[in-house]
Formats: sequence, structure tokens, C-alpha cells
Amino acid sequence: MSSDLKQELKEKIIEQLNLEDVTAAEIADNDPLFGDGLGLDSIDALELIVMLDKDYGIKLADPKEGRKIFESIATMAAYISANKA
Amino acid sequence: MKEVFVNSIGSVSVQKTFDTSGFLDDLVDYEGTSVKAVDPNYKDFIPPAAARRMAKGIKMSAVSSQNALKEAGLENVDAIIVGTGLGCLGESEKFVRDLLDNDEQYLTPTRFIQSSHNTVAGSIALDMGCKGYNFTYVHSNISFESSLWDAKLQLQNNEAENILVGAVDELVEHHVTTHQFIDHIKKEPVSMKQVLRSGTKGIVFGEGSHFFVMSNQKQASTYSKLIGMGIYNTLANSEVSHTIMAFLEKNGLCKEDLDGVILGNNGDVDYDTIYHDLETSIFKDIPQYVYKHLSGEYDTASGFGFWMANKILKTGKVPELIRWNDIKVTQPKRLLLYNQYRGKNHSLVVLEKC
Repeated sequence: MSSDLKQELKEKIIEQLNLEDVTAAEIADNDPLFGDGLGLDSIDALELIVMLDKDYGIKLADPKEGRKIFESIATMAAYISANKA
Repeated sequence: MKEVFVNSIGSVSVQKTFDTSGFLDDLVDYEGTSVKAVDPNYKDFIPPAAARRMAKGIKMSAVSSQNALKEAGLENVDAIIVGTGLGCLGESEKFVRDLLDNDEQYLTPTRFIQSSHNTVAGSIALDMGCKGYNFTYVHSNISFESSLWDAKLQLQNNEAENILVGAVDELVEHHVTTHQFIDHIKKEPVSMKQVLRSGTKGIVFGEGSHFFVMSNQKQASTYSKLIGMGIYNTLANSEVSHTIMAFLEKNGLCKEDLDGVILGNNGDVDYDTIYHDLETSIFKDIPQYVYKHLSGEYDTASGFGFWMANKILKTGKVPELIRWNDIKVTQPKRLLLYNQYRGKNHSLVVLEKC
């Protein structure tokens, strides 16, 4: 799995979700994105679903899948690598 | 009917009005055709997690509404009424641009949520847990006055005791570009000191958020009493002075009762003549004050004028740069605010020191 993709995801998430006080270096690959980790919420989840579709051509057929896919940067990168159009 | 008081004020504008202790002591000059609000440290007022999704208008309003509530000593109110000409226009523009750029695909929720006009009133209510009356008036340059009118009626009839009334509009690049094209915004940059005597078409566009706790109970923090107000959507230029005199009479006043008139001159050579006619006729013996060179012009700029009038009445101070004629009155007690935009939507408000 490319570390470039993980870095790219961190930068996209920061920009897309306007995380003003967070840098890519502060997000560890396995940090939880929701809850106690980065503190993202359900609206952010929708933003991430749109990002997957727009930037990587991946449509989530079942939004419930998102719970596992968006667990961390590492799980997102793994899912994108496996499913990228 | 109960009396209506302005119990507290809060403002974010082109000047450092977020500093509640001062009153236009340290003016911010500009050179341009549009001028942005001076940002307070938003982190002092809004948690970072919430701020990241907020449009500029919401951020400014979070600060000005919190300052107003704090000064009034309130944690909640009976109603929130906001006036805005364009709402969170920046997010609306981004949302529409995304629609076009992405062929109506990939629309994200945040911009949609924020693109409605009532986002500000809703956000403030959510933040403070206010489940009371929540209304947003979108009536061009009488949006703020419409909110004020609604609050006045509710307070007079004792339907509410404390109402948070606001005025907010934000500056957006596309809006400036399109309005420059039709000469509504100046094409040549001007400075704060030049704008009102620029002699050119159009205005300098600004932005700001101004909130007030209006109440039917006077308290230690009270700034003024609202004596009367009037809104006139259409009015021929020849009818303005007669209408103002009739308005004063209806409120038991004559022009000699006024210690000052706050005029909405904005430097547009085509429409400031309406003010100039009054300056040399019914208002010629009254101190005249102006403010839109400090605030810029926008649909709810009269909220800045209302903020300024309350500051004058409470502090007794009149900053030199707002004087429009040489007549001086110490400790003004009763002020008339008159505003119009492009000859339409005229508003009159009388405030009295108390």
C-alpha cells in the first residue's frame, strides 16, 4: 500500500474538511478518524463518501460500509487501492 | 403597551467594533472598492471543531451575538430574529459553482447546509439551545429594520421579554464583480476619508454582523429606548422630507427635539442627493452624522448605524470622523436614523438615551 496515497488522503481530508489546526504529520496512519481520534462526525462521513467518488471513482453502494472503510487513513488507503477504478 | 429598550450590543465590522470597551478609537483605513471586516480571534468564541464548517457570516455573528448576550447578562432569549440581505452568500456561490464545475455531481453537504439565508439565526439558536421563535428577514436593505420591527411588536405586546435581534451580511468576490459591472459598486478604489465625497457612481461594499438584545425591561446595561420606527419601500424623492416630518409628528416629536440625525450616505453620487436635500433643508440646524465610510455599504449596514447610535447615546461621545456638519451637541439624548439604498427601502428609527 502506497505511503504516498496515505499522505495524499491526509492532505485531502485536512483541506476538504477544513481542519485548520491539524497538519498531515499529526495524523498517524492508524489513528481513528471518528470519535476520540480526529473527531470527525456524520457530516464529515458524507464529505468523505463524495471524496471517494469524485477523486477515486469509487461509489459506496452501501453507506454502512463506510464505518469500516473510514476507520483510519490506513483502512481508507487499503480500500482505495483495492477498489480504485 | 410596554416600552422597548436596547439592553446590549455586539458588533463585528470593518472597524474593530468587536472590542466592546472602545468606540471607534482606532479607525481602520482602507483603499479599495470593497472592504472586509476586521476578524476577531474567532477561537476565543467558537470551538475549532464547529468553526471549521462556519461561513464568515456565521463566525462574525457568533462573536457579535455572544458579546451582546454577555453584556445583557443572559444565557438564553425568548426569540432570535435576524435580518440579512444575502445570507451566507459565499457558501451559496461555492455550492452553485460546484454544481456547474462538476456537472451537478459530487455535491457535498456542508456548503448546502450553509447556503440558506437562515443559517445564522439557526446556528445561534442551536449553540445556545434556544427553542423559541426563530425568524430571518430577507428584505434587501430593510432586512435589519424588519427584524427590529418584529421584535418591537413582540416586546410591546409582552409576547417576549428578551429578543436577540441581528443584522448580518458578508462580502463575496463574485457579488462585488457583478455589481461593479452594473455600476452599483465603485470601479475606482477610494479611501475611507474620500468615499463619501468621491463624486462617483456606486458604493464601497463592506460586511459586518451586529446583534442587540432588545427587551421590554430596562436594566443597568441599557443603551437606549426605541421611540419609533418607520419603513417605506417606495418613496418619491420629493416626498422624503414630508414623510420624515410626518413620522416625527406621529411619534410626538418635531425636528427641534432631535440632538442628531444619523444619515446613510454611502458615496454614490446618484443617490446621496436624497440625503443632501435633507442636509440643507429640514436637518440644516441639527448635528448630522455619517457612518458608511467606516462600515462600507451592504444590505444590513444600517445595523452598524444602529450600533453607533447606541454607543453615542450611552457614552455621550461623538467621534470626529462621523461628524458631517459643524453643529455640535454635548451628550446627545435623542437621535434619528435615516437610511435608504438607491432611492428605495427608506427607514427611520428614533432612539432616546435612558
